[in-house]
Amino acid sequence: MAETMAQPSNPDLLAEIKACFADAVINEEQTADEILTIWVTAQDLKPLCKVLRSKLSQPFDFLFDLTAIDETTRQHKVIPHRRDFTVVYLLRSYARNQDLRIKVALSADAKEVASVTSIWPNANWYEREVWDLFGIKFTDHPCLRRIMMPTTWQGHPLCKTHPARATEMGEYSLSDDTRDLEQEALKFNPAEWGLKPQGNPEEFMWLNLGPNHPSVHGVFRIMLQLDGEEIVQAIPDIGYHHRGAEKMAERQSWHSYIPYTDRIDYLGGVMNNLPYLMAVEKMAGIVVPERVKVIRVMMCEMFRILSHLLFYGTFAQDIGSLSPIFYMFVDREKLFGIVEAITGARMHPAWFRIGGLAADLPKGWDKMVTEWLDYMPARMADYDQMVMQNSLIKKRAVGIGAYDTATAIDWGVTGPGLRATGFDWDLRKKRPYSGYENFDFEVPLGTRGDSYDRCAVRVEEIRQSMRIIRQCVQNMPEGPYKADHVLTTPPPKDRTMQDIDTLIPHFLGVSWGPVIPAGEAMMEVEATKGSNAYYLTSDASTMSYRTRIRTPSFPHLQMIPVMAKGQMIADLIATIGSIDFVMADVDR
Amino acid sequence: MPELELMIMIALMVAILVPTAAMLVWFERRLLGFFQQRYGPNRVGYFGILQSLADLIKILFKHDWIPPFADRPVFVLAPLIGAMAILMSFAVVPMAPRLVVSDSNIGLLFFLAMTSMAVYSVVLAGWASNNKYAVLGGMRAAAQTISYEVFMGVSLLGVVILSGSFRLSDIVLAQQDMWFVFPQFIGFVVFMIAGVAESHRLPFDLPEAETELTAGFHTEYSGIKFALFFLGEYLGMMLISMMITTLFLGGWMGPWLPPFVWFVLKTMSLICFFILLRAALPRPRFDQLLEFGWKWMLPLALLNLVGTAVVKLWGDF
Repeated sequence: MAETMAQPSNPDLLAEIKACFADAVINEEQTADEILTIWVTAQDLKPLCKVLRSKLSQPFDFLFDLTAIDETTRQHKVIPHRRDFTVVYLLRSYARNQDLRIKVALSADAKEVASVTSIWPNANWYEREVWDLFGIKFTDHPCLRRIMMPTTWQGHPLCKTHPARATEMGEYSLSDDTRDLEQEALKFNPAEWGLKPQGNPEEFMWLNLGPNHPSVHGVFRIMLQLDGEEIVQAIPDIGYHHRGAEKMAERQSWHSYIPYTDRIDYLGGVMNNLPYLMAVEKMAGIVVPERVKVIRVMMCEMFRILSHLLFYGTFAQDIGSLSPIFYMFVDREKLFGIVEAITGARMHPAWFRIGGLAADLPKGWDKMVTEWLDYMPARMADYDQMVMQNSLIKKRAVGIGAYDTATAIDWGVTGPGLRATGFDWDLRKKRPYSGYENFDFEVPLGTRGDSYDRCAVRVEEIRQSMRIIRQCVQNMPEGPYKADHVLTTPPPKDRTMQDIDTLIPHFLGVSWGPVIPAGEAMMEVEATKGSNAYYLTSDASTMSYRTRIRTPSFPHLQMIPVMAKGQMIADLIATIGSIDFVMADVDR
Repeated sequence: MPELELMIMIALMVAILVPTAAMLVWFERRLLGFFQQRYGPNRVGYFGILQSLADLIKILFKHDWIPPFADRPVFVLAPLIGAMAILMSFAVVPMAPRLVVSDSNIGLLFFLAMTSMAVYSVVLAGWASNNKYAVLGGMRAAAQTISYEVFMGVSLLGVVILSGSFRLSDIVLAQQDMWFVFPQFIGFVVFMIAGVAESHRLPFDLPEAETELTAGFHTEYSGIKFALFFLGEYLGMMLISMMITTLFLGGWMGPWLPPFVWFVLKTMSLICFFILLRAALPRPRFDQLLEFGWKWMLPLALLNLVGTAVVKLWGDF
């Protein structure tokens, strides 16, 4: 993989940073994913970020991820500059096509670091999340309040001191008083959100859109300040779908966590397995066979189509067109039939494995897939007429919720939402993974960055995915569906009964689960909704030490206030519909 | 005894109209299912024909709940006003020669007056619910109905000029040589659009736009009061179809078949068309809807009126 990345080398970048920022103490760390990782002190962080954002010749314009790690129970891999907590910033320069990871060590008695929201606006929610889950304070943050947990919550759940299992905690009960208190805490008070009053309060209405509303696609709440039907301010509030997927990862074996990933972007199915497994395989040093790569690509593209079709239908439905979604469900049903024939499950197959797949392709799979590929183009042409060329839909979507490329990058937009602005960045092309470099497909782009273009880009992506799937069918390589590696789970079994050296690792791998070598890796895929990445830290154990899931929907929702200003309610619905998010992907 | 005859007639009308509207719910769901490549309700009775009955039973047994923050009397009254106003309008619709409750000489005006009454139901429901979504829905309904009422009336004046009467049976008889849909095509289209808007059906369902306002003006309604709104909507669709039949499609007239059958056939085809509209079209935005009304429909209706008047005067010379 590393060979295919057209990246400038890390030492050059490090030298450049050191040249621009001479007085800082910068220590380098080697990671399995080969992203340049540097440790800086909390004081140096903000000045360094400013330099990276504006002084560098090709600046780091995109804050890809911001998270933290509680290091207090580490057993292995001692690094001298590590303290109790580490705040991790992952930056990306689109111009360089290069990433940079910055780590800041904090001790438990001084969990404080400067906020970078003034440098990258999308840091806002990430910092709130880190505050909420780790209790790390960000000074000068505009509104540092809980984001995932309820405001009444005590403690910071991703700290290692916080129990992870229900059996480690007291019995839960909800008294009437507590319930009233919780209810009261949900009341919206603009002042608590750091909002300045706008205009005469009697001229406006605050409307609570969600958490239960037909158009918010799950449990998502937006507070709207309305002037008639025009939106003055919109304040998104998330956390109603938070299940603690990252915490669960610390109590599941590397293998048994796979089904949880399916449910992050619950429309993405096996697409979610891929970045997680690629990260595990990176740390374990597993190289998967060609056949596995192609099958993985094929299944991922199927789920891209499944997800995009649902988007397409609900987008039309949000604008008031009732029928397309039903037609698209028919197509999805047929495709789910194929997914079921191959994996045995439909929406959440959890079918990829560490080092391979759960099973080989069934007999006759190619015929099923080809039939579907032949059936679909005519339907897509119908939908073009029905939705994309419908003048009412055009009136409702063209120019609505538009943003330009710079705004999109500022707010961390990835995927079709970014490409709709005309910015050509598809991970499958720019940093091919799992063998995407061998496929012939195009990256559809928009021009206006509005709701209509976001939909148009996805529609074209469906066609491109169909092209990729057809290439998979035509060129499926022969070979094993599992890597021949000791950490492949479940391990290849054919020699276990003949040879004790195979039997022992097999027994351990199946009973304890594989022990992944200490280290860390971040692996990313071009998921259905944008960039989905898993940043795993292993402490040489059967379980992950820290699993960070960077999902595309999270930053996309953060951008809603920018898009909503001055819109009518109906426009907001069309805009939200065009973002394509699922709340499970936002809250995790 | 003409009073008794009248009473029987009214009872008969109500006894036919209300169950028909209920059946229409089932019919629409089946037809939508057909349009959308799915089945629709097909389990209760043959082809699911008893679905509406099952729904009715369920709705009758629901807790008749009035939210504590609502304005009680108005909250209860609102759905009644809607259903009553629409039901009253049927009084002037001639379904066959002499098959009409009141063949009033101001029949058309009575119809327009009653449909205007119906909007009170929506506005009051929105207001009395004391719910923000309901208020938004009510506001939308008020603006929409006021704008669309104007040209609804204007679009019908062409028909009045041609037939020289406001009495609906006269209008039907005036179409003996030619249905008014041909000389009054613009009036027909404008009235049809206004009619859909009056009955708050897609693409003009903004007062209850589900994806935007959850359920709009009837967000807080449940049980039998909700059913009354529903009934009103479907009765409204029937009424508009009957009016179009009467005013533009020659009413009960037609060869071979009995007049009433012709009337029902024409009405049903229009209802099917309305259902198809719902399956086919998305919803415009509120301001786009009003713009369309004031900038396109109203001038068109006025133009039609002037044109018809000129032609009529020319002919009279």
